[in-house]
Amino acid sequence: MHSLFSVAVQTAPATGAFQSGAWLLVAVPLASAAILLLAGRRADRWGHWLGVAASSFSFLLGLGVMLSLTSLPAAERVRDLHLFSWLSAGTLTVDAGFRLDPLSLTFVLLVTFVGSLIHVYSVAYMEHDRDRRRFFAYLNLFVAAMLLLVLADSYLLLFFGWEGVGLASYLLIGFWNHQTPNAVAAKKAFIANRIGDLGMLIAIMLMFATFGGVDFATVHGHVAGTAPGTLTAIGLMLLLAATGKSAQFPLQSWLGDAMAGPTPVSALIHAATMVTAGVYLVVRSAPLFDAAPTARLVVVIVGAITLVFGAVVGSAKDDLKKALAASTMSQIGYMILAAGLGPIGYAFAIFHLVTHGFFKAGMFLGAGSVMHGMDDQVDMRGFGALSKYMKITWITFGLGWLAILGVPPFAGFWSKDKIIESAFVPVAGSPWQAWVFGTVALLGAGLTSFYMSRLFFMTFHGTRRWDDGSGTPPALAAGTTVDLNHQHPHESPRLMTVPMIILAIGSVTIGWLLSLGSGIVGWLEPVTGRVAHEADPVLPVPVLMTVTLVLVALGILLAWRQYAAVLVPVVPPRGSVLTRAARKDLYQDDVNDALLVEPGTYLTRSLVFGDHQVVDGGATGLARLTVGAGSLLRRVQNGYVRSYAATMLIGLIVLVGAVLAARI
Amino acid sequence: MSLTNYLVLASILFTIGATTVLLRRNAIIVFMGIELMLNATNLVLVTFSRMHGNLTGQVMAFFVMVVAAAEVVIGLAIIVSIFRTRRSASVDDVNLLKS
Amino acid sequence: MSAALLAAAAQTATTSGAEAVLFWCLAPVMVIAALGLIFARKAVHAAMGVIVVMISLAFLYVAQDAPFLGVVQVVVYTGAVMMLFVFVLMLIGVDASDSLVETIKAQRWIGWLAGLGLGVVLVGVVTRATYPPMTGLATANADSNPVGVAKVIFGDYVFTFEVVGALLVTAALGALVLTHRQRLTPRIGQKERADARVAAGGSLTPLPAPGVYARHNALDVPALDHLGRPLEESVSRVLRIRGQELGVEQFQSPALPSATQTPTLEPGTEDQA
Repeated sequence: MHSLFSVAVQTAPATGAFQSGAWLLVAVPLASAAILLLAGRRADRWGHWLGVAASSFSFLLGLGVMLSLTSLPAAERVRDLHLFSWLSAGTLTVDAGFRLDPLSLTFVLLVTFVGSLIHVYSVAYMEHDRDRRRFFAYLNLFVAAMLLLVLADSYLLLFFGWEGVGLASYLLIGFWNHQTPNAVAAKKAFIANRIGDLGMLIAIMLMFATFGGVDFATVHGHVAGTAPGTLTAIGLMLLLAATGKSAQFPLQSWLGDAMAGPTPVSALIHAATMVTAGVYLVVRSAPLFDAAPTARLVVVIVGAITLVFGAVVGSAKDDLKKALAASTMSQIGYMILAAGLGPIGYAFAIFHLVTHGFFKAGMFLGAGSVMHGMDDQVDMRGFGALSKYMKITWITFGLGWLAILGVPPFAGFWSKDKIIESAFVPVAGSPWQAWVFGTVALLGAGLTSFYMSRLFFMTFHGTRRWDDGSGTPPALAAGTTVDLNHQHPHESPRLMTVPMIILAIGSVTIGWLLSLGSGIVGWLEPVTGRVAHEADPVLPVPVLMTVTLVLVALGILLAWRQYAAVLVPVVPPRGSVLTRAARKDLYQDDVNDALLVEPGTYLTRSLVFGDHQVVDGGATGLARLTVGAGSLLRRVQNGYVRSYAATMLIGLIVLVGAVLAARI
Repeated sequence: MSLTNYLVLASILFTIGATTVLLRRNAIIVFMGIELMLNATNLVLVTFSRMHGNLTGQVMAFFVMVVAAAEVVIGLAIIVSIFRTRRSASVDDVNLLKS
Repeated sequence: MSAALLAAAAQTATTSGAEAVLFWCLAPVMVIAALGLIFARKAVHAAMGVIVVMISLAFLYVAQDAPFLGVVQVVVYTGAVMMLFVFVLMLIGVDASDSLVETIKAQRWIGWLAGLGLGVVLVGVVTRATYPPMTGLATANADSNPVGVAKVIFGDYVFTFEVVGALLVTAALGALVLTHRQRLTPRIGQKERADARVAAGGSLTPLPAPGVYARHNALDVPALDHLGRPLEESVSRVLRIRGQELGVEQFQSPALPSATQTPTLEPGTEDQA
């Protein structure tokens, strides 16, 4: 059993220059985006540097705000910055305001720091794209929207940012929309997100109906005493929103296709920041979920399913970026699982989110660097032995790989191990949960180790499976007859490698750094509450740690045996049933088609049919009736005077007859 | 003899006039049927004038005659002009406005 | 008003036997004449029937103490309106008779039924109604009927009278306008006819009479021209077609060139003739 007591947190108005200037965090990137979009081609020469500057400014300002908070005692670290009265309709009044607290500032720093690095990286990566300025405008728009999302002090404003990041994501996935698959991928992401947004909207409406307000203070303050059913409903709707944005089961299908966007976008939006917004939402709504154990259980289940799902898909993908995307999905599954565990997991979810933001962004940038050197090729079966040609990329990517594996002392070890431990902590009343979720988390660690090692070995180690033009044919698996790509792999320019190096350093150190002292758990305490006495997992912690490491080692070994020690076939072998299913994303698109798209199509068709038959039929039937009656009556108007006279006379007779009948 | 006899006579004459309008196709005969109906009403007016001892009925009959005269003038003019253009005096032929 | 007049008024307040006789003589005649409208094949016969009805009506008006209306009835209806009708009938063609084939479907039945129904309804109303006792017009006609009517017209209805007068004038003008025919072609006068005849190759003067300068003075003998040649066209066309014309050659003077020869107009020979 664990007992929970909240730190007596008082919300206080923002003070000081940094805090009251926090609105600039959003305003500056937004203004930069507007300038870049409106200035047109004139800004082509300096536009990208404006984007970098805007993002860096936000980072520095965020750093300032955080320092101003750390100078305060923990109980005073939640600050409200009232901006303006946004809308007032009847009993609903929403003020636009920012909540500056450890949680939002963690996000601010992550978004702006990683974001700034990726901005710098993009300057080189997008150098030959004639639309680089537009790209930076969208990136800045994304940064602004993401910061609005995390800083908002009400669900409505959060929703505003939520939609903003969705828009930026759509624009960036479809950045090269002159190619149909990219445009389709963007559309798919947009639509999948809309379903999640519907959940968000319903949740907001429920909140307004239940609590009479949509700002965090009102909602969280009124949780006590509200019917559990309502809270569960709100929680599930919020979870739906989270699954849409974070590509969790069952709305996960868009993330793989979203890799159609430029790689920096994948790194920033679809790995480090935007897709973690769902985790943020759950953690931010902690008081709600605390009071709705059913909703929380569903959160954990969703996280567990996605965790395995992403890992299985990642083990089969040959597309470098899609394998990374599946990995992202799986890692966010970890976070969602942790967030669903309740107070003991919130902090670790955020912790893993931060470390993941570093190593996954670093690896995506590495992938971008590989693509840069390999002529935008993404099929890992055409790589191999790249470690000799791009040393910096290899090392940085390798550090990220070790981090995600959870090898101590790299970042992932600190965060993922905590999640696994938390998953094993027994829940009162249902002892099976600890075993089931703990095992899933443990299994996920092994799977992660396998697919990430597979990815790493296939790309950087083994034999080269491309033609270097030297005339010496590479050693290939028997029976390979395909023509190989002619490649000249080379290291990327400094502008790209420096961000990678910084992120790699982060991947190594951030987990350790954030565990210093009370660490990030203590820092987040004002938001997530503190668990006074942590219950022990069902298995001792050292055992868990050992098992985890053994599984990780097993994964690496297996991957080495299959993908580094032997010759990797260039043409993918047929593979087992599971492999084939995983290559097809476990048939998620087919399921969606069968469950949603086709019934939708049928519904639409039947509606159209009904519209034609009933509605139009009614209208045209009325018209036909009128025409028919008219042509029938037209016979009466035969043009013969004598007929008309007869009509008059008959009318007269009837009239007189009626009058007489009344008299008699 | 009761004055009702006059009224019955007038009714019969009116009915004959109306039936003429319905049955005959020659415009002039139809027109004469109308005149017969007017005359029948005049007879009624005169009879009621006598019944009530009030000359207003006769005056009305007089006005009816005048109006009938005007009507006959115009009606016959119309018939003549139609006959001139269509060489027919049948009312059934005057249905060009239909369709 | 004197007592005698009042007594006379009371006396006239009932219908006399003579009036009854008149009515029963006239009413059947009127109905039969009116039925002519429906049954007469020729429009003129129908018009005659209507005239009979109208004259009879004039009698009835007089019998009903409305002598002014009776006179007006004769003058306006019988004298003017019906004459107008007959006149138009003559204009259109007095022989024009209706085809008895009904063109409008069921119109004959409808017409008969409607007429019958109307008759039943009207007679029913008239006979079933209760009327006040007859007052009679003795009082109203004390200064003679025309004077009484005039007093009402020019007293109570003077404005109506003026309007009706205007209506009548308008109707007269309207009839003029309606029957006025716009001339579409230039008027054909004597000159135009003469021109047309010359253009067609005919002669301007009348044809020569037969038998002129001839041995005979008979119709079947052609006239001779100034050269003594017979002029064939001087004989009536009818005789020529019948072949009763006497031979041209036998009347020709032998000294002269034959009629078949083209006449040569020489001043000398003309003088000799």
